[in-house]
Amino acid sequence: MPQRVLIAKPGLDGHDRGGLVVARILRDAGFEVIYSGLRQSPDVIAHTAVSEDVDLVGISLLSGSHLEHCAAIRQRLDELGANDVPIVIGGVIPDEDIPTLREIGVSAVVGVGATPSEVVSAVVDSIASTCIRPVGEGDR
Amino acid sequence: MRADDVGSSLETESAIPVQPLYDRGSLPPDWDPDERLGRPGRPPYTRGPDEDMYRERPWIMAQYSGFSIPEETNKRIKRLIEAGQTGFSMALDLPTQVGLDSDDPRAAGEVGKVGVPIDSLRDMEILLEGVDLRALRQPRTTANSIGPMMVALFLCAAEKQGVRPEEFSVLLQNDVLKEYVVRGTYIFPPVHGVRLTSDVIEYCGKYLPHWTSINVCGGHYREAGGTAVQELAFSFADAIVYLDEAQRRGTPLQDQVSTIWFFFNAHSDLLEEVAKFRAARRMWDTLLRTRYHIEHAPARALRILAYTGGSTLTRQEPMNNIIRVTLNALAGALGGVQTMGTSSYDEGIALPSDDAAMISLRTQQIIAYESGVTRTADPLGGSYFVESLTDELERLAWAEIEKVEAMGGATVAIESGYFRNAIADSAYRWEMDVASGARVKVGLNAFTIADERDGPQIAAFKTDRSAQHHMTERLKDLRATRDKNAVELQLGNLRAAAANPNTNLIPALTDCFRVYATLGEVVSALESVFGRYEQGLSRIGG
Repeated sequence: MPQRVLIAKPGLDGHDRGGLVVARILRDAGFEVIYSGLRQSPDVIAHTAVSEDVDLVGISLLSGSHLEHCAAIRQRLDELGANDVPIVIGGVIPDEDIPTLREIGVSAVVGVGATPSEVVSAVVDSIASTCIRPVGEGDR
Repeated sequence: MRADDVGSSLETESAIPVQPLYDRGSLPPDWDPDERLGRPGRPPYTRGPDEDMYRERPWIMAQYSGFSIPEETNKRIKRLIEAGQTGFSMALDLPTQVGLDSDDPRAAGEVGKVGVPIDSLRDMEILLEGVDLRALRQPRTTANSIGPMMVALFLCAAEKQGVRPEEFSVLLQNDVLKEYVVRGTYIFPPVHGVRLTSDVIEYCGKYLPHWTSINVCGGHYREAGGTAVQELAFSFADAIVYLDEAQRRGTPLQDQVSTIWFFFNAHSDLLEEVAKFRAARRMWDTLLRTRYHIEHAPARALRILAYTGGSTLTRQEPMNNIIRVTLNALAGALGGVQTMGTSSYDEGIALPSDDAAMISLRTQQIIAYESGVTRTADPLGGSYFVESLTDELERLAWAEIEKVEAMGGATVAIESGYFRNAIADSAYRWEMDVASGARVKVGLNAFTIADERDGPQIAAFKTDRSAQHHMTERLKDLRATRDKNAVELQLGNLRAAAANPNTNLIPALTDCFRVYATLGEVVSALESVFGRYEQGLSRIGG
């Protein structure tokens, strides 16, 4: 079974070039990728993650409201019992917000200019470090 | 990468192979300049829509502006007019673009962030306070799903100023189809979106022939990662949907067509971009002549708004972006565009600073007044290479348009996800080429300096809640002081008008805004008839 990733776009921001390119990078790395579509609420994103049984949620945000959205999605995931599903965020993220994102429970931040291999590593490492399955199964 | 290893690609950005030399043999033996080029201001308009082009005055310089609250935007407009800017843009914030009032919970955190919020006619009055609509050469807005609502708001604002709509002109973006693919500010299902866009085209064709009813947008497809060919092909395929609808309506097609402009990106492949603008004009002339039988030649002259490509800029070594913007803008000037906007070099790092915005305007002024390229029309016309590229782009774009038409047209290709996947695949190819070094971005993947690898820190966006508070207070006051019964009555009329698919909604919208109905109320009223569009899940590979 390939591992599954949900790429999600919360908020009103409609720029999804980055999210769709990351989706293709992950596809070519062997993941099954589900894209949420635009303007999804944290609640819908968390429910989709659970119903699609994904291994990781990737959030794409350029509007500057990443702190609010990440906190809300993390909380809903935890409430739905998906506390083992890590969150990775990509987009325009100020460096000074990274510690706060870590506290919220975001596993990795993939910034502007990250290379495709850095994107894949961030996802693979995030899944490996929170995964309850034996390490090694996720290797490819 | 070491200097010796850096090689510039021998294909254009749209993957057209480039030969070492172009000469007479590069063009077909029957290539006839009279037929392929004509004269500026004459069909097929390859060389430009006007006889004199920039000799009397250059293109309109229109920077993207509009931020925070209407009061601040008003100040910025006045300052830019003073600095010599000749058009002004009214960038709208996202809640406004998707029809949400500033006090809507879904708008939380987004009010005044990427543009100005407009909740009602009162905000338009504040925005235009002390700005004579007649003195502006070309105000323009990014209203798309709310295109006819912006027309109605401008009409009401003019009424308040005592200015007649014939005395000024507005350039509307008003192209809803690309919103479902790349820009994302859709509200209603596509069929109703197309109706609203078409209402504006019809209304302008009938009553406001000097306004620009729509900017058919290729530029957003390009910024999302598409090639120059996709930019041309998808925007033309969208235009065909609007033209078919315009033809179906009773108003003479020629009157409606004359109000249509195109928006294209001015990207980094200088000569391919020049060729693209030229090809677009010839394609428009052909399309209107052959498919729509527009006999009056001047109605087939395409006018273009170009914006330099934000996606060509890098976060690393940001001052290099000034040079990139200059080259992009030069492509616009050599390509003969009518209106141009230029990016600010710091766009990849934060919202443009005042200084960066000024350099961006100065870039255009230096090209227009110092470089000499404005002295004659289409200065590259007749170049073997540019003519070959123009022909090749046109050929590839028509082939793609035919493919889309065979699918059932743009609306079908959009709903099936074809446009979206094609653009995302191109974006992916580009990123892979940058990652491998096949495409060079100086300072990013070539000639990098170790310390600069990560570029400057991204400045924190101000998550300024004061704009939302300010706007919410104004709405509270508005809702308390306006004539509630009049608002209810007009919203009821709007619902009734919307239920009849043959009614142009602009008069009913104007009646709503005149009595200070809010944009959110108007959109909700329409939503009760049209429903709302949801993009939904999609699966990518596995």
